[in-house]
Amino acid sequence: MTALPSSERSLFAEKLGLFLLLAPAVLWLGVLVILPHVEIAVLSFSERIAPRVYAFGFGNYLEFLGEPIYWRTFARTAFLSILVTLITLVISFPVALYIAKFASGKSKPLLFLMCLIPFWASELVRTLGWMMMLRETGVLSFLLQKAGLASGPVEMLYNDASVVLGLVYGGMLFMIVPLTNALESLETAQIEAGYDLGGSHLTVLRRIIIPHAMPGIVAGSIVVFMLTVGNFVTPVMLGGKNGLWFTEQIYSQFITRFNWPQGSAFGFMLLLLSTVIVWLGLRLTGQGFAETLRKA
Amino acid sequence: MTLVGNGVRGDFMSDSADLALLSVVKEFGAHRAVDSVTFDVAPGEFFSILGPSGCGKTTLMRMIAGFEHPTSGDIRIRGKSMLAVPANKRPVNMVFQSLALFPMMSVGENVGYGLACAGVDKIEAGQRITRILDRVGLAGFEDRPVTKLSGGQRQRVAIARCLVLEPTLVLLDEPLGALDLKLREHMKLELKQLQAAFNTTFLYITHDQSEALVMSDRVAVMNKGRFEQVGSPRELYHNPLTSFVAGFVGDANVWNGSTFGAQATGLGIKLSTGAALVGAGSGSGAVSAYLRPEAIALAAVPGELSSLPNRFAGTVSTVLFDGAASTLVIKAEGFPHLRATLPQAGPLAGIMAGAPIGFGFAPEALKIFPA
Amino acid sequence: MKKWSFVIGSVAFAALLAAGGAQAAEKLRLLTWADYAPKEVVDAFTKETGIEVEITLSNNEEMISKLRATQGAGFDLAQPSQDRITGPQAEFGIYKPLDLSKIDAKLFIGSMLEATKANTTAGGKVYGLPHIWGTDGLVVNTKAAPGVKDYLDLCGPEVKGKASLRAKRPTLIAFAFSMGMNPFAAYSNEKAYSEMMDKVGAKLTECKANLKFFWDGKDALLAGLRAGEVTAAMAWDTGGWKLNSENPEIKFIAPKSGALGWVDTFAIPAKGRADDAAYKWINFNMRPDIAAKVAASAGNFSASQGADKLAAGKLKDQFAESFPLAAIENIKWYPAVPAGLEAIEGKVLDKVKSAN
Repeated sequence: MTALPSSERSLFAEKLGLFLLLAPAVLWLGVLVILPHVEIAVLSFSERIAPRVYAFGFGNYLEFLGEPIYWRTFARTAFLSILVTLITLVISFPVALYIAKFASGKSKPLLFLMCLIPFWASELVRTLGWMMMLRETGVLSFLLQKAGLASGPVEMLYNDASVVLGLVYGGMLFMIVPLTNALESLETAQIEAGYDLGGSHLTVLRRIIIPHAMPGIVAGSIVVFMLTVGNFVTPVMLGGKNGLWFTEQIYSQFITRFNWPQGSAFGFMLLLLSTVIVWLGLRLTGQGFAETLRKA
Repeated sequence: MTLVGNGVRGDFMSDSADLALLSVVKEFGAHRAVDSVTFDVAPGEFFSILGPSGCGKTTLMRMIAGFEHPTSGDIRIRGKSMLAVPANKRPVNMVFQSLALFPMMSVGENVGYGLACAGVDKIEAGQRITRILDRVGLAGFEDRPVTKLSGGQRQRVAIARCLVLEPTLVLLDEPLGALDLKLREHMKLELKQLQAAFNTTFLYITHDQSEALVMSDRVAVMNKGRFEQVGSPRELYHNPLTSFVAGFVGDANVWNGSTFGAQATGLGIKLSTGAALVGAGSGSGAVSAYLRPEAIALAAVPGELSSLPNRFAGTVSTVLFDGAASTLVIKAEGFPHLRATLPQAGPLAGIMAGAPIGFGFAPEALKIFPA
Repeated sequence: MKKWSFVIGSVAFAALLAAGGAQAAEKLRLLTWADYAPKEVVDAFTKETGIEVEITLSNNEEMISKLRATQGAGFDLAQPSQDRITGPQAEFGIYKPLDLSKIDAKLFIGSMLEATKANTTAGGKVYGLPHIWGTDGLVVNTKAAPGVKDYLDLCGPEVKGKASLRAKRPTLIAFAFSMGMNPFAAYSNEKAYSEMMDKVGAKLTECKANLKFFWDGKDALLAGLRAGEVTAAMAWDTGGWKLNSENPEIKFIAPKSGALGWVDTFAIPAKGRADDAAYKWINFNMRPDIAAKVAASAGNFSASQGADKLAAGKLKDQFAESFPLAAIENIKWYPAVPAGLEAIEGKVLDKVKSAN
């Protein structure tokens, strides 16, 4: 074995050092992220021919495309997730703006805490809380009857509105945090300058506050969209018989149909959906992915 | 065009004034930030409010801009009360301390923002933007991002952004504060020239007396929410009406003492360190005396100063060479500490520490105020 | 420094795993239904044999999924329904054949043991032994909905917006019977079965507007019935009798087209590590006194010979009220589900769920 020239040797040492430094991260990514996905990808291309006999094929994807109930649920999930993200954004924006720009130093952490408190309980408990509020024999129905606004029990559960409500509730914190971060860095003088130069509230919001908050808006929307599209508990519990969510399809393929290949294919479709929507969102708003992550 | 007043004038409020404040008071809880301020600014005037930080000048300016509401009093622009007019409807535009340029917009968009708000059509707005950028020396900068500009260029964009709207009044909130010394000196001149060229009324607030003195037609010195004195820079410098103005505007030797009665040439005082002097002013008992370093005449031989009633002899303790602004620190019997400007053209230019020296000053130069 | 701590950490972690494995020698990992292993019985078993019992609660689908994920490892004894053994066994091989010499056949009701053995035989080997049996029928608030007598009545105007059922295979089977068809006879003919299921699916889709919700957990359904939000549901007899004890107006009714009879079994997962303990548990559980306790806890009936004599009087009365002689004879016992049918049913259920 011939000795390496010293410069090459140091380069090699440097590379080795870098490799050792990155090894835990690579291992982490490889074992916990990439490997399961590769396995699912492989699984999604296998078709059952007979008991314990599987072959390569696109059948699971063709099944998805050919069966209206699957892609309708898929489209419905995508549409409702986008709707939930938009509603969350519209509700969270004034809250974040208030916390970032109008709340005094002392009340700021308190307000943040108030946003955080619901998340001390698990998602399941929060959802059950909503069920108690909305069900026919629940608190809201009772109050409406007491107030004379309803003549009989009112059922507010098990519809799309209750699903959207629960999902918006669950997503708000994840929207408020990046939005507040983004808005806090907006110099108050810029808002004042916006007014001073003749801008109306709408103009200042549209041309100064929103463009400044854009990285926060995009980051929050990505997080909320992903959480929503991948949510399982809330749509199933609040939606009842009508709350069909795509994750439920995946769950049922894996757990009640024992059809892992089909479930894997569905899982991949969901991954694809998230990726495409996030990509579209970034394109439409002209934000870079890395920059958005940095600011989030 | 320039009105030169003699102190606080509350007696006339002509509609010809671009800006008039009438007994404006602003209280934050128990704290009175602005205390009954009355003044007016004539069209085309460069008016400065000079005061230390916390004196209320920023609050005053924010009330004029419309970001704060006075507790009492009235603010009028061209005779029209502004109290019910929101900030975005006032014919007033502001250059912020931080400039507050919109970083996500280009130079042209920054300047065009106000025009768009006012509903000026695109073609006309474009022409006006081009014209104003040309006049502030930024021709062809329309598409540059503001983040890529130098400090001075950003300054000009901030001013152009206001001037393009042809406001009655431009407010400037210490806009030179963030610049380095050289650029600040340069921008002082440029601002003054711009103001003259556009013939727009400027209201400038600063804590830097040099900025106020160099640029302004008139200056108001503000302290603890009140106007101490309003006048031309020359007046403020030579005839301060209060102890605060004498101390805040320009450089001065400040001594404590007590009066011992009127003399033929002025008021006699005895410094707490022992020297007996004659100065101009009023009061009896404890007083403060202010003497500008450049008002001190120096001579190698005290006899040369025989025309001055205040004549003393001492020794040079230190020479602080700073070109035209060089000073001597003089040690003399009865004086605590004395600084005198050393003319670089005279026979004393080469004087060294330890040399004997004579000094004196006219009684009018020593301003005496009750302590 | 960092690298060493990483190595030490990994070694410690591996050691922990190994220790965890070694410790499992005298432990029975049981995958079962709620209330099938009451504490009293588990304690008595541990006292007698020294074997600890670790319980995981589940249902048919999850049992299969869990075992499928590990190819039959992680548990030493499972309790799937008798009709859900041969299909998954053929598909995934998750169980091991039983050694019948290790069980005491005299403890079982003879006919039930033979029927279950026949139903769970694959490739000449037996995979399941009967444990608890019961029926699926209708739980009805007889005051609010006196007219509900059969599954199809859940789609009637009397219970509009107040009916409930599970989005699972028993519902499909029940509706097929109620619609005058025989799904069990069609098990062997995939095409006929598929057509039948499509009809059932169409009926259920039409019926969906009548439903309050698809129930999933038993407790959610019982809460709905108690609150009066649901007045009639397809459910297990146990739940109905439980509510009947609280409110006599709520009754379990054997539907006109027949209650569906099920038997939950003992089956040993393919990679179970404590077969002896598992057989001990089976024999222990089938003793009449123990079986009576389990039956009381589960609210159902035991396959243990003689346990019924020891059963609580109340349950007997309730059973007698729900099941006149003709109704008992009309019980439809599930035959084993051939592999592949579940895919057909699954798709129909998906369609029903996604219909609006």
